[in-house]
Amino acid sequence: MAILINEQTRIIVQGFTGRIGTFHAQEMIDYGSNVVGGVTPGKGGQKHLGLPVFNTVREAVEQAGAEASIVFVPPAFAADSIMEAADAGIKYCVSITDGIPTQDMMTVKNFLRLFPEEDRMMLTGPNCSGTISPGRAMLGIMPGHIYSRGVVGVVGRSGTLGYEAADQMRRLNIGISTSVGIGGDPIIGSSHRNVLQKLEEDPETKVTLMIGEIGGPMEVEAGLFAKENMSKPLVAYIAGLTAPPGRRMGHAGAIISSAGESAAEKVERLKELGVTICPTPSLMGETVAKVLAGL
Amino acid sequence: MDIHEYQAKEILAEYGIKLAEGGLAHTVEEAVQRSREIDGNVWVVKAQIHSGARGKAGGVKVCRTHEEIEVAAESLLGKKLVTHQTGPAGKLCSRLYIEAGTEIAREVYLAFMIDRSHERIVMVGSAQGGMDIETLAATNPDAIKKIHIEPAVGLQDFQARTMAFALGLEDVLLNHAVKTIRGCYRAMRDLDANILEINPLVVTRNNELIALDAKMSFDENALFRRHRISELRDNSQIDSREIAAAEAGLSYVGLDGDIGCMINGAGLAMATMDMIKLAGGEPANFLDVGGGASAERTEKAFRLVLADNNVKAMLVNIFAGINRCDWIAEGVVQAVRNIGMTVPLVVRLSGTNVEEGRRIIADSGLPIITAETLADAAEKVVHARNQAAV
Repeated sequence: MAILINEQTRIIVQGFTGRIGTFHAQEMIDYGSNVVGGVTPGKGGQKHLGLPVFNTVREAVEQAGAEASIVFVPPAFAADSIMEAADAGIKYCVSITDGIPTQDMMTVKNFLRLFPEEDRMMLTGPNCSGTISPGRAMLGIMPGHIYSRGVVGVVGRSGTLGYEAADQMRRLNIGISTSVGIGGDPIIGSSHRNVLQKLEEDPETKVTLMIGEIGGPMEVEAGLFAKENMSKPLVAYIAGLTAPPGRRMGHAGAIISSAGESAAEKVERLKELGVTICPTPSLMGETVAKVLAGL
Repeated sequence: MDIHEYQAKEILAEYGIKLAEGGLAHTVEEAVQRSREIDGNVWVVKAQIHSGARGKAGGVKVCRTHEEIEVAAESLLGKKLVTHQTGPAGKLCSRLYIEAGTEIAREVYLAFMIDRSHERIVMVGSAQGGMDIETLAATNPDAIKKIHIEPAVGLQDFQARTMAFALGLEDVLLNHAVKTIRGCYRAMRDLDANILEINPLVVTRNNELIALDAKMSFDENALFRRHRISELRDNSQIDSREIAAAEAGLSYVGLDGDIGCMINGAGLAMATMDMIKLAGGEPANFLDVGGGASAERTEKAFRLVLADNNVKAMLVNIFAGINRCDWIAEGVVQAVRNIGMTVPLVVRLSGTNVEEGRRIIADSGLPIITAETLADAAEKVVHARNQAAV
């Protein structure tokens, strides 16, 4: 099973012929992802990496059966590309681009809400490393070889911290069903909660791991959701114990701007909600192992 | 990106928001000159620094004579002002805003910000102005009115009226309040602001509505299309290390500890800093070197970290995805050689091409301490720091 993507998922790359799009498209193909082409407006009809290039996402959907897309378009144009994907009937979109204006993302989210829920494209990112269902498909920029297949579902805001978690688990022979990067921006396509909901529904996933950080209310909302709606255990780590208030820690969204947004406060709330907290970032793998052993 | 009060007021004036008469001064003479140009017999001299709570820190002075203006200007210009928002280092005041004194009948609070949960702009108001909104939210949340604005439709008059009534702005002030609220919303949308705060918005004895203070902060990601706003940046208000970092494409935040850090990825950087703290150390900085770090960039990052004289040991933690460990290792070796590094260095590499990266470090013959895991790296750097500090 896994969630969002598997070996069959027909993938297109938006911003296909650019330097970054080309590099990561090749990496995804090498991993075994079913990339069926890409979109670069004005280059329709050409071939790139042996695959067709389309002018519009709609053509890619109609002619290549595209279901999922990954966006490598520069920040000024990325919101437009995401909305084009949603309009064309793409089911799942990953936006890698870092630096999209917040108000553009407000427009994107508003546009997505125009679609009835059952037809609405799922978006993860922007400013994320993508999604991987290990051994099946990679829709992202992560080093695929550090992930092994298994029963832990992972959702996290950060790319490299997600790699760290995957690596710790692999060293303990723990595999991952799907790992989803949701991104570090203030307004993003899907929340921790949205992804946990999918992982709860996935029969293959037995335990879930949430990797959060300072800023925003999202981790606590996910904890509330887990308490009320999830049968599977939730393990969490929140980064940023040492982050001073009011300072942006790299990610546009990683800033403590109001009460409840610091790591210590989030950890406290999550503990109250029955979430298993990783005491340190080096114990993400071991904490998951303990929870798995207790099943 | 933050701007000064006077800059925010210039913007708000263009959007039809009423202000007290005022002018900018860089020198004591200019300050006196400005006060002579402004009618009346009471003036306020306001230190222009990127911080709130300036009044409590002595940065706002009421003057009744031109001599008092002179004294006030002299006491502020060229001085560092410490508020509870600036940190102990304070911020340099090199500009003053001289404003006509206002006879205040009432103070209210009005702000617009991005609500991350609702993914919309939210308008926040309170009839209790002049207070810190965080304090008010904690002590009397019912005194705060919030109205979310549908982005595709924009702010409607009924919403502006609802807010005006919540603020107690009725009768003759209603139309003026609606105009002010609409102007603020347009400024927020047109200019990609993250925060627009008027605290206080005052009703004068003459029954006028005036923005007595103004704070605006802008989305860094949108500055590419807001050239006029990006020109308002005042580097004197920003940590010089952060400016150097931004120029090198690095993300850096200076902190008070003594263990320098260079890490790739914001989340891993925060986690590594947590790990240092848990191991008994204190990080000197946050530094995300980003993806695709070249040898040049690595060297720049090293120089930046080591420019902080407090740094007694340094930790490099790289989990290579797009990056490759061998590139990073070469960059590290080159940086250590070029800089002539004197503090102990711990390097932990993981991910793509890790074996080659470790071999490059080992073959370099440099006294670099290597670590296998995150915990190992944090313990080793704290140990090295303790040894170095003896």
